[in-house]
Order: sequence, then structure tokens, then C-alpha cells
Amino acid sequence: MSDPPVSRGFRGRGRGAQSARIPPGQHLVSDFPILSAGPTPEPDLTGWRFAIEEGQSPIGRWNWHEFEALPQTEVTVDIHCVTTWSKLDTHWRGVSIDTLLEAAGLAEPPGPFVLVHCDGGYTTNLPSEDILDGKAMIATRFEDEPLDPEHGGPARLLVPHLYFWKSAKWVRKLQFLDHDQRGFWEELGYHSYGDPWREQRYDGD
Amino acid sequence: MTAIERAVAAPGPKRLQWMTANVREVIEETSRVRSLVLDVPGWCGHRAGQHVDVRLTGEDGYQAQRSYSIASAPETPGLVITVERIIEGEVSPYLAGEVRPGDRFELRGPIGGYFVWTAPLDGHLFLVAGGSGIVPLMAMLRHRAAVNSDTPATLLYSSRTVEDIIYRAELQSLDRQANIKIVHTLTRMQPAGWSGFSRRIDRAMLEATCFPVAVRPRIFVCGPTPLVEIAARALRDIGHLQNLIKTERFGPTGG
Repeated sequence: MSDPPVSRGFRGRGRGAQSARIPPGQHLVSDFPILSAGPTPEPDLTGWRFAIEEGQSPIGRWNWHEFEALPQTEVTVDIHCVTTWSKLDTHWRGVSIDTLLEAAGLAEPPGPFVLVHCDGGYTTNLPSEDILDGKAMIATRFEDEPLDPEHGGPARLLVPHLYFWKSAKWVRKLQFLDHDQRGFWEELGYHSYGDPWREQRYDGD
Repeated sequence: MTAIERAVAAPGPKRLQWMTANVREVIEETSRVRSLVLDVPGWCGHRAGQHVDVRLTGEDGYQAQRSYSIASAPETPGLVITVERIIEGEVSPYLAGEVRPGDRFELRGPIGGYFVWTAPLDGHLFLVAGGSGIVPLMAMLRHRAAVNSDTPATLLYSSRTVEDIIYRAELQSLDRQANIKIVHTLTRMQPAGWSGFSRRIDRAMLEATCFPVAVRPRIFVCGPTPLVEIAARALRDIGHLQNLIKTERFGPTGG
């Protein structure tokens, strides 16, 4: 591959400013930008349900009260959005997927892949092992406050080691599958796995 | 083989390649906004509403990349991006300040298949823009004009002052054509004799400008997050179908 053309007079912030915690092609922000494809759903805790399914079969189901009673996990993690911003040391609380599976009486995930379903019809796909062993949670608190609807409240998936579109907002269901089925952005040309350290932004990266 | 190994080993589609963009022309749109007309050898075309990733490389090899919406119609030669200079930004001060004709940088795309409009789609078109959120919507209006589409279209566009209106002259001439209406609101300062709206976009303004719910208009909203949140929610409350309301948010972090 030939060297990229030099952009005359461009200096930018320079390498010195770049933390080793920032993946390639990313830059640090201090605010928390919002990206979503449509209107923000109205939060409705009374009607809120969270479900786990194996294929089409229901395995576990919680209302908000039941969900809040599950053992809670806290994490401080860095997050990386495919639109090139990264944010360090974000603090979240919620229920780890390990805890959820245990509460549903499962020793392991009932399928090698998971399709995550959200309010508004949004979906995203992940290998099941990427949400186990403390790697993912259903987050309900951000910086010790209930999660804002704009940021996915009342509950969003948090999978911080992948690009942040995988951390689907307004999450309502984990559907475990025996095959990988692409979600909303993945169908539209975004990478199926989305590892920020390998810069897997789009199909074929 | 683990699930990850399977996912990685599966034959992948062709990668979006970085291409070299040559700056052909620089257009000053407002005091803070510029359009860059680019020649991109190998560019395969786009649809109105899509964006590109731009990557700048300094002499020391340092790179920075950001996403920018495409402003041009697919039908016109030359790819146009419009960039607002963000204070404290890293890439936008360069693109909207330093760059001059003959300069080069890399881009790849087109990216995004959701916030997209093509003329053959049924239904009226209702566009809501705030500030530089006009850019992907302008690509739609330019595409509509380029293919002589008679799809009824309305743009509701919020700017701070009349001087901040991007593409002002072109929007004026579009407004004189049939089946299209351009409605401005100025939130900070209005010139003497201003007959447009003079407040932030709200439900009443959307009810006054949008097509009736019954005609099921396709709605695209692009702008800063607060504007998008308010507009998308109000449009849904008015009764427009959620899956016909598409949003894209422009934050200061685009810089």
C-alpha cells in the first residue's frame, strides 16, 4: 500500500496528545454525543419487560421491579463510537449478562450467537461469548444517575470492547440463535463484529 | 472454532478503500461554513443523505479522521462536502479554514444506507434541519431537482441569523419552483421585515409546516441533538409514523 497523501499544513493535535487507550482513528471527547436513527422512545417503566429467548422460545422474562431486584454490577470502562469519538472512564451500573443467564437458570448461553432487540425495531448481533464473563451488562445507571432516554434509558446493552452501536439503546430482548444474523446497522454496511482496536468500522474492514 | 474465529474467518465483502480527494474548489457558504468541491478518482457514486469518512495526514504521519455528510446530488460531477468550523475542533478548522484548491486528503465511502432518500420513493418529503444539519438534506433537494422529481417537498430550516443560513441563494431559487417550499426560522436575530418564524422549532411550527399525517410523508430530521429530540418527538406526537421519521444528529464533537 502506498503512503497516504500528506494534507498540506495539517498538524492536528499530534501524536503526543493521543492516549494509548484510544484505538486507531478515534479521538477523545469529554461530552457524551447522542446518535440514534429515529425518535427517542418514551420511557414506560410500568409496561417495560426484558426477555431472553432461545430461537423463538421464551426462557426468562422480567418486569422493571423484578429486573431492579437482580444483583447489580458496576464497571468503569472506555467507550468507542464508530463515528470516531472515544470517551474514557465512563461509570455504569446494571445487571451483567452472566447474572441474567443465571437468574434464568442457564449455566451457559443457549446459542453461540445473540440478536439484541430494542424498542423501535433496532437490532444488533454479537457472538454470545462477547457478552459473557463480565464483558457486557444491561445498564440502567450512568454516572450514578438513571440512564437518560436519549442515552438508551431505561436500559441499554453495554459491550464496551466493541464499537458503541453494539451497545444497543432501549434494549428489550436477547434472542440466542444457532447462527449469526446481522442487525440493523450491520445490514446497512457496518461491520458484523466491530472491534475498535482492529478498526472494524464497515463491512470488509 | 470459536464464534469469533468463525466470524473472522468468514469470507468478507470488499473493503471500503481510502481514496485520494483533490480539492477543486472552495466555496465560502457563511463565515463559519465552507463547501469543498472534490475530484475523487475512482469514486463509485452515492445516494442523497450518505456521508464519507475523511482522513487527514500530517507531515509527521499523524492522522485524524471524521465523518462528513455529502452535500452534492449523485447526478452532478464533483463530490461536495460542507464543513462547519468548530471551535477547538481538530479537523474542521483545517477543512473549513486552511484548505485551498490543489490540496489533497483521503476519504472513503459512501457510508450509511438508512438516512437516505431517492426520488423513486413514494410519498411527500418533509425535511427538518438545524444549522449545518442542512447538508445531507440539501443533497436530497439537489437530487430531487437533478432528476426533475415532482415529489412535493418542504424544508423547515432553523438558523441563528440570516447570515448563518447555508446555501441561502440556492434555497431561495428552489423555493420559487413548483411543489417545493422552503420555510426558515431564525432563532437569534431577525432582519427588519422578516416574515418567517423567529423561534426554535416546536410542535406548533411543525404542525403548521408539515404535510398531513394522512399522506404519510417521509421525514428526515438532521441537526444538533436538542433540535432533533424535540422535532422527532413532536412529529411522533402529532401522529406521524415512527418508522417514517429518520434522524441524524450533528454534535460539536464532529469537529
